Amino acid sequence: MEGNGAHRAVETSKTITVGVNGTTYEREVESRRLLVHLIRDDLDLTGTHVGCDTGNCGACSVILNGTLVKSCMLLAVQADGAEIETVEGLAEEEQLSSLQQAFSDHHALQCGYCTPGMLMSATALLRENSSPSDEEISKAIQGNICRCTGYWNIVKAIKAASGQEVSE
Amino acid sequence: MSETTTVTEPIVVEEGETRPGFAGQNVPRKEDKRLVQGEGVFFDDVKRHNMGYVHFVRSPYAHAKIRSVDVSKALEHPGVFGTMTGDEVALLTDPFFQISSPPGAHLKDFCLAVGKARFVGEPVAAVVASTREIARDASELVEVDYEPLPVISDAREALGEDAPVLHDDAGTNLTWEGVYEWGDLDQAFAEADRVVKISELHFDRFNSTPLECNGALVEFNRGTGQWTIITNNQFPGFAAIMMGPAMRVGLDKLRFVTQDIGGGFGNKITSHPQLVACCLLARKLKRPVQWTEWRTDFHLSMSHGNERWFQDTEVAVKEDGTLLGFRTTALDDAGAWLRYEPLGGVIWAQVTPGMYRWRHIRLDFKQVVTNKAPVSPNRGYSRMQHLWFTERIIDIVAHELGLDPVEVRKRNYIKAEEMPYETPNGCIYDSGDYSKMLDVALDLIGYDELDTKRVDAESRGKLLGLGIGSTLDSGTNNFGQSRLINPELQFSGNNEVATVKLDIFGEIVVTLGTTPQGQSHETTASQVVADILGCSIDDVNVRAGHDSYWNSHAGFSGTYASQFAVTGLGAVKGATDMLAGEMRKLASVVLGCAPEDIELADGQARMKANPEAALPFMALGAIINANNAGLPEDLDVTLNCRYVYRPPFDPPDVERKYGNLTLTYAAQIHVAVVEIDPETGVYEVVDYAAVDDCGKRINPQVVEGQVMGATAQALGAATHETFTYDEDGNLLTPNFYDYHVPHALDMPPIATGNIESPSPFTSMGTKGMGEGGGAGIHAVCAALQDALSSRGKPVVYDSCNPYHRVWELLSDPEASRQRVSVEAG
Repeated sequence: MEGNGAHRAVETSKTITVGVNGTTYEREVESRRLLVHLIRDDLDLTGTHVGCDTGNCGACSVILNGTLVKSCMLLAVQADGAEIETVEGLAEEEQLSSLQQAFSDHHALQCGYCTPGMLMSATALLRENSSPSDEEISKAIQGNICRCTGYWNIVKAIKAASGQEVSE
Repeated sequence: MSETTTVTEPIVVEEGETRPGFAGQNVPRKEDKRLVQGEGVFFDDVKRHNMGYVHFVRSPYAHAKIRSVDVSKALEHPGVFGTMTGDEVALLTDPFFQISSPPGAHLKDFCLAVGKARFVGEPVAAVVASTREIARDASELVEVDYEPLPVISDAREALGEDAPVLHDDAGTNLTWEGVYEWGDLDQAFAEADRVVKISELHFDRFNSTPLECNGALVEFNRGTGQWTIITNNQFPGFAAIMMGPAMRVGLDKLRFVTQDIGGGFGNKITSHPQLVACCLLARKLKRPVQWTEWRTDFHLSMSHGNERWFQDTEVAVKEDGTLLGFRTTALDDAGAWLRYEPLGGVIWAQVTPGMYRWRHIRLDFKQVVTNKAPVSPNRGYSRMQHLWFTERIIDIVAHELGLDPVEVRKRNYIKAEEMPYETPNGCIYDSGDYSKMLDVALDLIGYDELDTKRVDAESRGKLLGLGIGSTLDSGTNNFGQSRLINPELQFSGNNEVATVKLDIFGEIVVTLGTTPQGQSHETTASQVVADILGCSIDDVNVRAGHDSYWNSHAGFSGTYASQFAVTGLGAVKGATDMLAGEMRKLASVVLGCAPEDIELADGQARMKANPEAALPFMALGAIINANNAGLPEDLDVTLNCRYVYRPPFDPPDVERKYGNLTLTYAAQIHVAVVEIDPETGVYEVVDYAAVDDCGKRINPQVVEGQVMGATAQALGAATHETFTYDEDGNLLTPNFYDYHVPHALDMPPIATGNIESPSPFTSMGTKGMGEGGGAGIHAVCAALQDALSSRGKPVVYDSCNPYHRVWELLSDPEASRQRVSVEAG
């Protein structure tokens, strides 16, 4: 085995710049580092979660340059120059957004582990469709697994956040 | 008893508001504010300077001798801090304590495989490195020389004469067996008009796959010899008694810390082997170590639900559908190790007769080890398997005798006026009205219009069927039942702890012994406290999570087995009642009256007769904590109260296998309607109703949320979720691609209903709940059988029915019918 850790790091790492929730970060990252690990481990924004290793669960969903992505399916270096939105950016000065408040009002979370990803998927949906139907909401969160709620309260919460009537 | 079929809107609690009767209201959750902002603290969110990342080297073979493990190349890899192998573990630790009586007692279970690997994915060595990626790379450089051995991938082959033996120390794969018999089987079968025989039914292997996998950050304090284990283990009391003796240290050397846990469902009870490995590594490498289980590793190796075969079942029935009794053999597949087993061999007995009045029951329980991942508790643990079996009996009997499944249930359900009801094995069902629940469920589903719906489905080329699942969620274990497994064990009863204190600035601080994973303990505890102290929900600070240094835990502390509403809240109520008494006593001294003259209301202790004479809580807290000169010497007030709730249990009778095994018996009746495409076997659950009775509900919205979630898990288990192994012992569903859990689009509409039958045995009439979703598995199986009945009357014999299995039932109904026969009694 030749070389040492420092040498390898220089050879295979790259300095990138990303904007997250309005703050610009510059970091040297290994080329193979996943975007989710940059966000969680290097930037210490631990609201974005990891629930699988195959891109199925959606706990790591963030919005990158306006597009909903699963941050475990991208390398950090692919995000060089991008603007990223994570769950930490949803509330303004500790004031919950209407979507966050609706999740609480409708008991759309129990353990809260899938919640950040759900909120980002819902945020992306509501930007494109201000008045989605139940079916459209379920489709928008089909890439997000929740093992606690059975989903209906999440659908209700998103619908309520869009200002629509919700039946109890 | 009250009945509602809707859950009311959450009430709005203004900040600082005080009002009586928070218990029973949909108070908004205290946990939500941090969780919706991504400000929860899950174990993987915690970092330490210079920590190393652990990656386990896992066996690619289901059964193999380990000739040698060579870590030298891994150690040379840049960034690697160190390794651990089975040989080291065998020197540094003792095998884990075994719950089983012999021969299971003889298993030698270490935190890494020693000498032999027994399932694909079993940890064989561990590598620690400066990043997750390097640890993973370096683990591939560990060279393990395996000698593959024959594999047992089917429990039914484990007892064959030529079967390879997994554990030479036990000398057999039959690690535990027990005969349970109550009543008079001969008499029951003599009285029977019909005997329905079912050769074999199969409850499939799956688990609840919490979205957060297992893991820990472990630090070792060399000065004190203490480990701090920041982990998502959901039963630290159990982990401690497994880990301490194995590591040869006292339990106070193991500090368990938890804040938020991303789902548990029982699957996070048996992570103690990996935690021991992390402890050893932290000590060896002199640095904190962090282990985060990968999803694939979770599926391969962690906490599968008990797979069970029910063989040679015979049911004694009267002509009119009155059930007299049954006998069967339950063959339980424990996987490779007994990490919580063989407790599954007795836990089912909490609900021996299900909801029914039959009195003559015999069950021969045999548990075998196989070359699969070890099983451990999974939501509905062991009762779900048994209740699926009893529900299958009901529907198969009805089906074969041409009786209406609704009528058979109503004829045989234990009646409301028989409560409390003593079951054949001495369990005391506390309260409930099962027939009424069924009526509510059938009403919710539109049962009156079933024939119209059937015709409508037929017109669209679909087969429609309706099925019922009636289950019990027995909660608050009497751990004395472990003695039915092993009379040598010194466990009985149960306990949980809470401390409640009034601090210097009047702050009320509540500490729980539990480890919630979404069950809203902070919220429901604050409801109970606010009601007793006459203050607002906001005034009650419930510490998030668990820390064994808080000294608010007991031997059975944790969050498992449907008990918080009884044990956890029982402890909260006990401690708060103590505190309230002390606050009255202190106020009476200051105000110069009797304690009985003081009331607690509006955040004050005041004289009932003269509310102007009042002390705010802040004054009380300040007097005791900071301004106590001149108080009477004999004033026994600390304003810091610890209460241990201990449910009223006796140890069961080991000889007769008789006694009350849990304190409460919450009930669920679920009804599913399915539509099958007969051309393909593809089906859909088109309608669903879930009716729950867990006694007094502290927060109805929280209860309904768990009912909905458990239902989703049951639907997943009934339709798709299965840990399938090939004959070489390879898991074919090791990730969320192959193991399909329900997504939002998979969910049918769910109507929920509720009946409240307060438990007479608990301090607030509550019952533990949360695990009742097994009802959905039975409901779907019964609905499929109903829908298929016009197509050759096939028998649904498996708990999991993916489309291909339904297709098999459609294309060859006779094959399934071979399993069932009806004889004259």
